[in-house]
Amino acid sequence: MLSRTADNLYWLGRYVERAENNARLIDGTYHMSLLPITPDEHAELWRKLFQSAEEIEAFVEKHPEFTNDAVTRYLTLDPDNRSSIFCCLEAARDNTRAARAELTTEISQCINQTWIDIRAIDMDRIHERGLQDFLDLIKERAHLFQGVVYSTMRRGEPFLFWELGTALERAENTSRLIMTRADSFHRAHRRDDGFDFYRWGTFLRSANAYSAYRQIYGDIDSVCVAEMLITNTNIPRSLLACIEDTTDILKTLRREAPCAEMSERLAAEIRAMRLDQVLRSGLESFLNDFRKQVHALSDQIRADFMMVR
Amino acid sequence: MANSDEHETPKPFDEMLEPDGTVRMAYAQYGEWLQGVSKETLIRKDEQADMMFRRLGITFTVYGDAESTERMIPFDIIPRIIDPNEWDYLSRGAIQRVDAINAFLDDVYHDQAILKAGRIPPELVLNNDAFRPEMLDLDLPRRIYGHIAGVDLVRTGAREFYVLEDNVRTPSGVSYMLENRQTMMRLFPELFATNHVAPIGRYATELRNNLQSVAPIGVDEPTIVLLTPGRFNSAYFEHAFLATEMGVRLVEGQDLFVDEGFVFMRTTEGPKRVDVIYRRIDDDFIDPLAFRPESMLGVPGLLSVVRRGRVTLANAIGSGVADDKAMYVYVPEMIRFYLGEEPILQNVPTYSLRNPDDYKYVLEHLEELVVKEVHGSGGYGMLVGPKSTKAEREAYAERLKAEPEAFIAQPTLSLSTCPTWVDEGVAPRHVDLRPFVLSGRRTTVMPGGLTRVALKEGSLVVNSSQGGGTKDTWVLER
Repeated sequence: MLSRTADNLYWLGRYVERAENNARLIDGTYHMSLLPITPDEHAELWRKLFQSAEEIEAFVEKHPEFTNDAVTRYLTLDPDNRSSIFCCLEAARDNTRAARAELTTEISQCINQTWIDIRAIDMDRIHERGLQDFLDLIKERAHLFQGVVYSTMRRGEPFLFWELGTALERAENTSRLIMTRADSFHRAHRRDDGFDFYRWGTFLRSANAYSAYRQIYGDIDSVCVAEMLITNTNIPRSLLACIEDTTDILKTLRREAPCAEMSERLAAEIRAMRLDQVLRSGLESFLNDFRKQVHALSDQIRADFMMVR
Repeated sequence: MANSDEHETPKPFDEMLEPDGTVRMAYAQYGEWLQGVSKETLIRKDEQADMMFRRLGITFTVYGDAESTERMIPFDIIPRIIDPNEWDYLSRGAIQRVDAINAFLDDVYHDQAILKAGRIPPELVLNNDAFRPEMLDLDLPRRIYGHIAGVDLVRTGAREFYVLEDNVRTPSGVSYMLENRQTMMRLFPELFATNHVAPIGRYATELRNNLQSVAPIGVDEPTIVLLTPGRFNSAYFEHAFLATEMGVRLVEGQDLFVDEGFVFMRTTEGPKRVDVIYRRIDDDFIDPLAFRPESMLGVPGLLSVVRRGRVTLANAIGSGVADDKAMYVYVPEMIRFYLGEEPILQNVPTYSLRNPDDYKYVLEHLEELVVKEVHGSGGYGMLVGPKSTKAEREAYAERLKAEPEAFIAQPTLSLSTCPTWVDEGVAPRHVDLRPFVLSGRRTTVMPGGLTRVALKEGSLVVNSSQGGGTKDTWVLER
């Protein structure tokens, strides 16, 4: 298939997944912000949703304080914030248009309908109906979109590139989610104050993994949470599951591609790592390293399939 | 019902009703249905149609409009219906025209017999911007230049059809013809059970077969692509739609490159050779090495591959010399010269302002005439005399005086009207018709076409950029 179209489908997968993950991250943080906490803790909570110093800077330029209202506005509908849900969906639609000839009518319709709907929504309406309502809509539409792709799209290269984008985005987002709590996983940081249950419960819900956790592990325990989101391959959003999916897709695309080998190596590293050691030496450096490797992998993918010129 | 046309003479030809108010044959079944249907039903169907088009994302871009660059062409839920006899005559006329135009193009890029015979002033061809000397003495597969053509027709009476213009560059609108039909079949399935409407669904297959038939010599299973300027182009939806329907790749200039005398596309498995390009990019932009150097849309070196006969472009580079408004006057002459036949379809009498007598006449009769730019399209930059103000005419006259050869003028035709769904209910609105003619192994025309409708009461301008809409076009089977 055309390399440019492969690129469009890859990004289509990424942007829809990103919109959904943003919705879940905001959802989780919003719930946490409703707990009785100090203003500093409150600001810190929201600040963690930003991935880099530059992102924080861009936010501070527009809004003096990390209030619920300012942050939710910025992360949901702000057309100037390139990673807002609005912009993710705009980019998804743009890529849908560019790759239109490879997509089914049902897929285009799904994206168009979502785009028509989100453009009709403003902050007043979000306040009126509640943030939850808006975030649920985004999650629902993302799931609908993925369902439509799975059930209507011909299997083959175009489908695989879409799946690839989705899997890699998922890996990045899970690592981002874990990063928001990176300092509180170690058992030594456990607070036996009733908050813990609520905090980890909310956290797991943001990963769509709460009920799965209860079924597998039972009691809430931060080390188990880390294990589940990092190495448990039965959880579709765990880092290892995402990288294994990526490896499978790349091998199907081209078995001997350097990126396939790279992805396989990354999966092997995660499998071989000792979680207790990682937790002791700090999750943050592990996650930073993981993200660096995912970036290198996505560069390699683009090089291998001529997606960059 | 109040008749706002009372002071206008004569009353335009109504596609559905005889002057005495009886329903014409072609509309007999439909008219009966329309009488019985409630206003509420039509309102609901209209809303459904609107939503269907929005969800499909069928939009076009209005240039020079920063506010809303993406708009939908309004779709009218009342079809335009054509009688089988009328269609027989129209389709033969359209095919005849396109055959003559293809013969003309082959001639002007080879022997130029028609110029030597003095039937067309040579300077009109040779000094024309759309004439491409780069194409001289090049033998194209099947000698076809305009593989896809749109012939714009208007009607003024029962047997009076006029050709308004020929489009043999990159005519658009066929996706609307096809989507309008899809939409009508979903909205009104019962009407298709009672009316015998000729199907048009095989358009893409026929186009693909034709493109296959003009592949470079020796290529049995050609790789065909559709080349689009990209998703910001006004007709992008159509490009994507046709690529999907034909099952070919939709490519942009950046996806193609020329190497070792061939054209390749960049694929995930490496470069892949391309043999036939259905291009929707104008000549000027198609090859920055040969034409406009600043073009980012085209493929550098493409012309050199065309010259070697290793890739076929549809339509061919240089086709535009046949369809400009100055050349239009000579199409009947082409028909006589190449086919030895009399034209089936008539031209609109046309004044060329390069001609001093015509120039004088036009300036004196601006109020009655429609004046167009020779190189214009899309209804931009035209003056509709009877609908213009004095100030507009005066300003326009200045432009005519400055550059007479850039304009032609025609009498204002009383375009036929077709019942149309508007705010007040069903009312007559002016329409035109663009059938699509395909050339390959043979020349064919789909039974249907794009009917454009001027939605504003009394307006004669049907272009989508100027507030026009579209209708499904039914050709009834015998």
